[in-house]
Amino acid sequence: MKKLMKGNSALCYGAIAAGCDAFFGYPITPQNEVPEYMSWMMPEKGRVFVQAESEVAAINMVYGAAASGMRAMTSSSSPGVSLKQEGLSYIAAAELPAVVCNVQRAGPGLGGILAGQGDYFQAVKGGGHGDYKLITLAPWSVQECYDFMALAFDLADKYRNPVCMLLDGVVGQMQEAIDLHPVEVNRPAKPWAADGAPKDEKAVVNSLWVDPDILEDLNRRIQAKYRACAEKETRYTEYCIEDCELALVAYGTSARVAKTVVDNARKQGLRIGMFRPVTLFPFPYARLAELAEAGKRFLVVEMSCGQMAEDVMLAACGRTSVDFYGRTGGFVMTPDEVLDKAKQVMASPADPCQRSWEL
Amino acid sequence: MEKVFSRTKGLKDKEFSYCGGCLHSVVHRLVAENLEEMGLLSSAIGVCPVGCAVFMYDFINCDMIEAAHGRAPAVATGVKRTHPGNLVFTYQGDGDLASRGMAEIVHAANRGENFTVIFINNGIYGMTGGQMAPTTLVGQKATTCQAGRDPKMHGMPIHMAEMLATLDLPCYIERVSPIDPAGVRKTKAAIKKAFTKQLEGKGFSFVEVLSNCPTQWGMTPVDSLTWVKEHVMEVYPLGVKKER
Ligand SMILES: Cc1ncc(C[n+]2csc(CCOP(=O)(O)OP(=O)(O)O)c2C)c(N)n1
Ligand code: SF4
Repeated sequence: MKKLMKGNSALCYGAIAAGCDAFFGYPITPQNEVPEYMSWMMPEKGRVFVQAESEVAAINMVYGAAASGMRAMTSSSSPGVSLKQEGLSYIAAAELPAVVCNVQRAGPGLGGILAGQGDYFQAVKGGGHGDYKLITLAPWSVQECYDFMALAFDLADKYRNPVCMLLDGVVGQMQEAIDLHPVEVNRPAKPWAADGAPKDEKAVVNSLWVDPDILEDLNRRIQAKYRACAEKETRYTEYCIEDCELALVAYGTSARVAKTVVDNARKQGLRIGMFRPVTLFPFPYARLAELAEAGKRFLVVEMSCGQMAEDVMLAACGRTSVDFYGRTGGFVMTPDEVLDKAKQVMASPADPCQRSWEL
Repeated sequence: MEKVFSRTKGLKDKEFSYCGGCLHSVVHRLVAENLEEMGLLSSAIGVCPVGCAVFMYDFINCDMIEAAHGRAPAVATGVKRTHPGNLVFTYQGDGDLASRGMAEIVHAANRGENFTVIFINNGIYGMTGGQMAPTTLVGQKATTCQAGRDPKMHGMPIHMAEMLATLDLPCYIERVSPIDPAGVRKTKAAIKKAFTKQLEGKGFSFVEVLSNCPTQWGMTPVDSLTWVKEHVMEVYPLGVKKER
């Protein structure tokens, strides 16, 4: 039987199904349903919920729970996620598994409470200090909000790295009927955890290495992990791609708009398709490079000033033209706006050096 | 011959990295002796600060987690809530606890988190080279108040034990100072009492230790102990601030 719910609530059901042991959060719109649901769902299952005094405290509570071997998570929205960057860097450096949800709102600054996608760089390029990345999943439906929580916890455990669920306010707030199917929970052994269990050698969870050799080794190990992750975990979906001339590249809510654009365009005989990265890190560079090689042009559609567009340009690497259409301030682009832009792009010569960047 | 004193198993076989005469070493030993005597070495989980005690995980022989500057009480909250049966403690300096981590310590205490905080008040930022701390005495010199702390510019020394004692849920707050044998015994007893109350589930416990920093104070170890006795204790009176 299907159940009607918001994306934010689906994150909670997904986390509970995935065996999340502890949730630490702080209120901020548009993610408030997450701590609200978790405040009763977690204790009902005998698990931990704490409303922290700040996002800074919440991410450090996650650090403590994860360091002692637990499946732990936090959630927030853009300004709150900025505050978590310190903790995320420490979690990545100490190689701890953890999940953080960002239901993005429009920025910068206090910005607005409507949806945005302006935290792409922060999520996929590191965000905090030092060389690390968040494995970043971008659900575009309420069902994926549910499904990806288990994936997020599994990837976090497998790579001992923080995983970011990057939503936008629309995906968090919209309601869809979803299937709350049971989830297989795989808990790996965590012999490294400082869990106060008897062991031969006492556990130390740390991110301080004053010996440069050890620190450089850590960086090499972390980067090797990211390369393995890119090989095995890169995910994307395609829609009407095979015969398309122009591929709209989008994630989350802007991908939902892009799909409508493709349907409308096809009715008019225009060969437009859609490419949706599902993992934003690792980013599907290789597949986009293939499509560029096959002569397809790209139009990146984002609720930002053009952030993922830079990764698409890296993938295209001068082989094809990359254009951009974005809205900010909390606006979601309409299918008509995007279709007009797509027609304009298709009518212009495919020159990789000429980019039209429209906001 | 009877052996009346030996190194506690609560300390790893590693030489302290602290300056000669620094009381961090003494307090480490007291924490470690209590853990051993209470049979907690294989179950306790400690959270270290950022400060001179950042390497505490190299010395204390139980599971240890290094926290970001000031965040140890939040980290300990995450540990204790998911491991209610284990003894959990943080060990923090005054820059760490009373400046950068003020929100974390106040709210952990206010929630009555059932762990123990050992607060080393040495009135200075030892590790970063002797800058002013929130606990630096009025008139006391530091590298960021070279003419001495001026309340007009820097405010007044902050009294953590008294402040936290105004909250409802802490079960035990005491200020001690191991500057002489009696003080060492009292410090050890205070840590033991805090651990015991935690094991009884009584809630948040806090032991403030008036400590020294001969290096950054520019004093000999002996002079630094006299300074604590003659000046620091006057501003920060010893004693139990709350117990229930
Ligand atoms: C975010 C951050 N800011 C600043 C520092 C630099 N720092 C290292 S130790 C320390 C304070 C040390 O003073 P205290 O807590 O009093 O401990 P002590 O060294 O005196 O024992 C500071 C500010 C840091 N490591 N991280
Ligand atoms: S700098 Fe001060 S606090 Fe740090 S070890 Fe030396 S004497 Fe102790």
